[in-house]
Formats: sequence, C-alpha cells, structure tokens
Amino acid sequence: MLGKTAGGLYWMFRFLERAENTARLIEAGFRIALTRSSDAEAEWRSVITTSAVRQAYENKHDGYDSARVTDFLLRDTDNPSSVLSVMKQARNNARMVRTALTTEVWLAVNETWMLFNEVLKEPVEETELPDVLATIRQQSGLVRGALHGTMLRNDLYDFCRLGTFIERADSTARIIDVKYYSLLPAPSFVGSSMDNVQWETLLRSVSAHRSFRWAVDSEFNATSIASFLILDRRMPRSLAFSAGQIVDNLGQLAEEYDMPMPSYDMARALRARLKDRDINAIFEEGLHEFITSILQDVARLGQQIENDYRFTR
Amino acid sequence: MIGKPSPFDEMQGPDGPRYPYATYGDWFAKQNNERLAKKTSEAEAFFRSTGITFNVYGQTDAEERLIPFDLVPRILSSREWTKLAKGIDQRVRAINAFLHDIYNRQEIIRAGIVPMELIAKNDAFLPQMIDFSPPGGVYTHIVGTDIVRTGEDDFFVLEDNARTPSGVSYMLENRETMLKMFPELFSKVKVQPVSDYPKELRRSLEGSAPKSCGGRPCVAVLTPGIHNSAYYEHSFLADQMGVELVEGHDLRVVGGHIAMRTTKGYKVIDVLYRRVDDEFLDPLTFNPNSLLGVPGIMDVYRAGNIAIANAPGTGVADDKAIYSYMPQIVEFYTGDRAILKNVETHRCSEPQSLQYVLDNLADLVVKEVHGSGGYGMLVGPAASKQELADFADKLRARPGNYIAQPTLSLSTVPIFTESGLAPRHVDLRPFALVSPTGVNIIPGGLTRVALTEGSLVVNSSQGGGTKDTWVLGD
Repeated sequence: MLGKTAGGLYWMFRFLERAENTARLIEAGFRIALTRSSDAEAEWRSVITTSAVRQAYENKHDGYDSARVTDFLLRDTDNPSSVLSVMKQARNNARMVRTALTTEVWLAVNETWMLFNEVLKEPVEETELPDVLATIRQQSGLVRGALHGTMLRNDLYDFCRLGTFIERADSTARIIDVKYYSLLPAPSFVGSSMDNVQWETLLRSVSAHRSFRWAVDSEFNATSIASFLILDRRMPRSLAFSAGQIVDNLGQLAEEYDMPMPSYDMARALRARLKDRDINAIFEEGLHEFITSILQDVARLGQQIENDYRFTR
Repeated sequence: MIGKPSPFDEMQGPDGPRYPYATYGDWFAKQNNERLAKKTSEAEAFFRSTGITFNVYGQTDAEERLIPFDLVPRILSSREWTKLAKGIDQRVRAINAFLHDIYNRQEIIRAGIVPMELIAKNDAFLPQMIDFSPPGGVYTHIVGTDIVRTGEDDFFVLEDNARTPSGVSYMLENRETMLKMFPELFSKVKVQPVSDYPKELRRSLEGSAPKSCGGRPCVAVLTPGIHNSAYYEHSFLADQMGVELVEGHDLRVVGGHIAMRTTKGYKVIDVLYRRVDDEFLDPLTFNPNSLLGVPGIMDVYRAGNIAIANAPGTGVADDKAIYSYMPQIVEFYTGDRAILKNVETHRCSEPQSLQYVLDNLADLVVKEVHGSGGYGMLVGPAASKQELADFADKLRARPGNYIAQPTLSLSTVPIFTESGLAPRHVDLRPFALVSPTGVNIIPGGLTRVALTEGSLVVNSSQGGGTKDTWVLGD
C-alpha cells in the first residue's frame, strides 16, 4: 500500500470522527443553553475551547452565543475544524484513496458530503438544530457501518481505525481537560446542583450519560465520572478504550508487515498509563497535569505512526 | 446554414429507423416518456453519488460537474465498425512508425513528405527522445481517435489523440448505466461488450514493460491529483486494473529505478501509465516548477528501466499541423492508402491557404495547432461579424498557429427530451490499445453529443454530453 494511501485513510477517519465529536459537543452545549441560560455563554466558550478553535473563533466573534458558536462549528469554512470543513477534507481524502475503499464506504462518504452540503447550506435554525445534529451522527454511523461491514480486515482497515481512535482519544482528553474544574473534588460543591449539571453535560458530550448509569453502580460524582471517562475499558469513548484499540491495530500491522515499529511501543506505553490505575492516584498527581501529558502522548503517537508508515515521506 | 441539406441522421432513415436501430426503434416506440424521464434522473443521481464528475478549469473552487448522459444509445453495425476499426488500426500503426522515425532516422523528412520545420519548431518534439527506442517499441499505448461522420459511408478522422486521451471511463460507466437502466434491451439487441477494457489495458501495459523486468510487471497510474479535471477517470482506471494510483510526490528514483513510497518502503514500478503532460513529467528535464512529476524519471526512462505510457514526445504526431499530412504519413509507413479519410485542412502557415481562410472565414472552423478541448477555436458559421474580425487579426498575427477546416455537416443521433426524440450532432472516440504484439481496439467508444440544437461543439467543457456507444454483434 502507498504511504499516501495509508495517510489518506487515517486522516479521512480522523476528520469523520471529528465531525461526529463536534456534533456531540454542540448537542451538550445546546442542552445547557436551553435549560440554564445563565450558564450558556460559559458553556459555549468551553465548547469552542474543547474544539481547539478558540483563537480562530475570537478573531471573528466578540462573544459567545448559540447561534454564532453553532454556525462557526457547523458551517464556517474559515474554521478548519467545522463540520463542513472536515467533511470536505474527509471526502477529498476519500477521493484520493478511492482505489482503497469499497464502493459502499465511498458511497457512504460521498453521500454524507452531499447531504451535509445540503443541510448546512444556510445557517441552521434553532428549531432544526436537533435534526441536523442527529443527521450528522447518523451519517457517521453509516460510514462506520460500511467500513465494518465491507472492508477487508487488513492494513487498510487498521489505518482507518487508527485515525478514528487517535482522534477520539484526543477529543475525549480535551473534553475532560476543559471541564476538569467541575471534576475537582471540592467538598463544598459536591452535591450542589451545579456540579450535577456540569457532570451530566460532560457525559452527554460523549453520549455516555445513559451508559454511565448502566455501567457504573454509583451516583454522579467526580471520581466515578473521571474514572469512567479515563479508565473504563467498556466505554467506547474512554481514553483506556481508545488506547487499547490503537494498540490492537498497531499490533495487527506489526504482525501483517512482520515489522514492529516504534509507534507500537509508544502505544503500549500509553495503554499502560491507563491500565489498572486508581483514579484517586490520578487526582493526586493532578488531573489537569495528567490529561495534559496524555494529550502530548497522543499527539506524539500520531506523529510516530505517520513516520513509521511513511504517510508523507 | 440556409440552403444546406439536413445532416445525416444515424437513427432515422427516410423510411423509418436505419438498420442498426431497427430493434431499438421498436423498443423505444413502446416506452412511455415519463418512465424514461425518471430513468434519466436516476442515472444522474447515480453518477453524482458515484462521483463520476469532472472539474472545470479556470474556476477556483468550482463545483464538480456531471457530464450529461443521454439514454438513447449511438448504434453502429458490425460492418460499419469493422471498417472503422481497420482504419484506426492502420492509422495507429502509422503513428507509431512515424514517431520512431521522427526521433531516429527521420526518413519521412528526407523523403520530403513532412517539412523539417514542422518538427523542429514543434513544442511537442522532445530532443530527449532522439536516438531512443521506448521499451517494446511502443510510443502510443493508448490512442483515442476522434471520428466524425457525414453520411452512410463517410467517416473522417478529426483528431488523433496520441498524448493522454481521456474519456474511456465514460465509455465504461455509460454502458454500466445502460445495463442497469434497461437490462431488457440487452437481451433483445446483441451488443459487443466493452467491459474488458481495464483488463486489456493492464495486459497491454504489462506487455510493454522493460525487458529487464523479472516477474509480473508492476504497473501504476500517475495522476496530477484530485483537482485534475479527469481525476475520476484516473482513479477509476487504477481501481479497475487493480494497480496503484500515484502522484509525483509518491515517487522517486531508487537505485536507477522509479519506485513508489509504500507503508513498507519503496517498491519499483516497471510501467507508468501517466496522466500528466510531458511538460510536467520531470522537473529536472522539463518545467522546473512542476510539482506533479518525478525528478529524474527521464534518465531512468532513457536507461531503459521504466516504460512510460504514452511515451514522452508523442504530441508531435497529433497536433493539427501534422494532422494535415496524415494521409501521406499512413501511406509512407504502411504502403497502403489511408482507409479513413482526413478532413480537408488548410494550413494557415502557407500564404495561399491563409488568404483562402481569411476570404472564407465565415464558412470555416479554425483551430489552434496545439489547442484541445474546444478552447480557442472559431466556428465561422456561428460567429458574429465582430468575432470574425477579431479572429482574422489573430490569424494575420500568428498564421502558423492555426489550421482551418470546412464546417462539416456532422451526423446526428437523437437525444431524449421531454417532447420526445430530437436530433443532435455527435462525434465518436474509440480507444485503441497498442502493445508490442499488436493493436487492440475495443468495440465501442465514447460518443459525445452537442446538447444544444444545431450546435457542433461536443466538448464536455463546453456543455456537451455523452451517449453509450453500441457496436452490434454479427
């Protein structure tokens, strides 16, 4: 396989994952804005920060409200991470690696791109926002389903999955980092309604407010939520799950190519940092410091994968 | 065009459908227009979701466009095709012999048939190809000969596209679309298949690999990238052949060979089907600013370590000035008269011809010698007085840059419109594959159709559409 093709697949699935994550973030923010208008501005600011586009946003807008933030995140072509921008890049990548995709995956991506262009042609009315966000999530599911259902389980597939999970680990880590203050165990706030709402938003940002209730036999509290998002291997958007998937895919590549690469060792080291850990120890280390270093590890790992498999040189 | 006889229609004869269209005509008469209109929009939706689109140059961030597809096939009888195929075969062999001669002994110039300056002053002539024979002796692995028709037995070659002819993906997709839309038709009418083209192309390319290549040759398609107008075709052909689609930055010289960067290291390529123009092929040899090519590929090529399809420098055989000499070129190399006719061509470089062209501009089609895609041409009968005057100035300023031809009364084939069938002008581009063992012409081709009533411009960049092209079995 061409290095360019591997890179094209990897980035295509990073972009698709990013579109989906953005939709989830907006959904959570929108809920806050609806239910607690006094917190709306802060919530939208944190959504923008989590998406890592704060500078670009503030260059353009002088305040935070749902209309401007959702437009910036969904439609603005000046925002390289807007859903329209990333979908365009995902589809360009799909065209570039067309020969490596099954017809079904290609059709799913191309149709998704056409559909997004249609539903995001005009600014989205507040009444339509839930439908539009649902469409984005559904289309992501469609592409993922086509991938799972039709692609050979070979190196092509591994690069697709690596893109997905590097992006997801990065996204989940950012969400935790931006909201970490609401997770800090401050006894005076525990049990206050503000904390509960913040925690629920946090879970909603990764569509996990219900699975938390199913999986965790505990009240909402800082340690149980942090543990769920960071360490729980059952939770498909947790850091531990993402790291585990990355190790699996790199392991399969090492086996298929009979060529273990430095990225495989780095991924195993990352997984080890998230395995059999006590959440309280992480709090003692400092949650922000911990997440910051995880973010750095994920970024370095992504770079190493690009080098190991010659995406660009 | 007042007073001219109406053009030859390939479907409707004076007494009902012409022979090749007999069965189709019966079938069509039983269809209802609403169903056909629905089929047309289904076909468009299919083209869009499949991404069978092209980009238009000169517009930044331009929308990808569909080439309109018309559901009435263009049908040729087996007899008509056999004659065409013979003529193309002959012409393609002559072109390859001509190219070899031009870059080696230049006997045709010594014989006084083609003037020296036409070659020497030709931008498409590449000194780097002098005294060199490409692997297997093949220059034009793929040729798309543009053919027009004016009557029952009157076929003319309009252009010999010997560089990187495009459109074959439409030939294949149009057939797939017709099979999907009207499967019942194909059980009624025996149509020769075109679907083997990718397999034949790969076989033909592999057959042209350098002798030094051991084992099955590694073939790759070189594209300028996703923004190229024909990118869809590049990826389609790579996909259908089961070979890699590469860009310049995927390739480099490794140990005297061209190799592509894979996830496991560099892998040698034996045959490169390049869809990048000569000028951009090698920044060390040609345009130094090119990012589309591979630095050093010409050295590797001259060392005999890679086959490039089509060979660099083939453009010298297909420009419109050389075209005017094609009947003599065919005769010189094959010893036979050309089976396919040329369109009468006035070389404006010759003072007498220039005067004739200026005097008759309103009746002629004038083309740039190196132009393509219908750009920069003048269709006299359709031009305003001002346009004619402006063009006459251009002609006087650079006469050698132009040739002129009479306005042919191109044949028509009906297209489907809301009010039923309506005749429109067509041309035909069959595709010939050349390998060291012979010429292989796929029975069919790309029929381009001018969708505007009366228009003669069929180019997709100028609003033309396409049709499926049927060659009937015996």
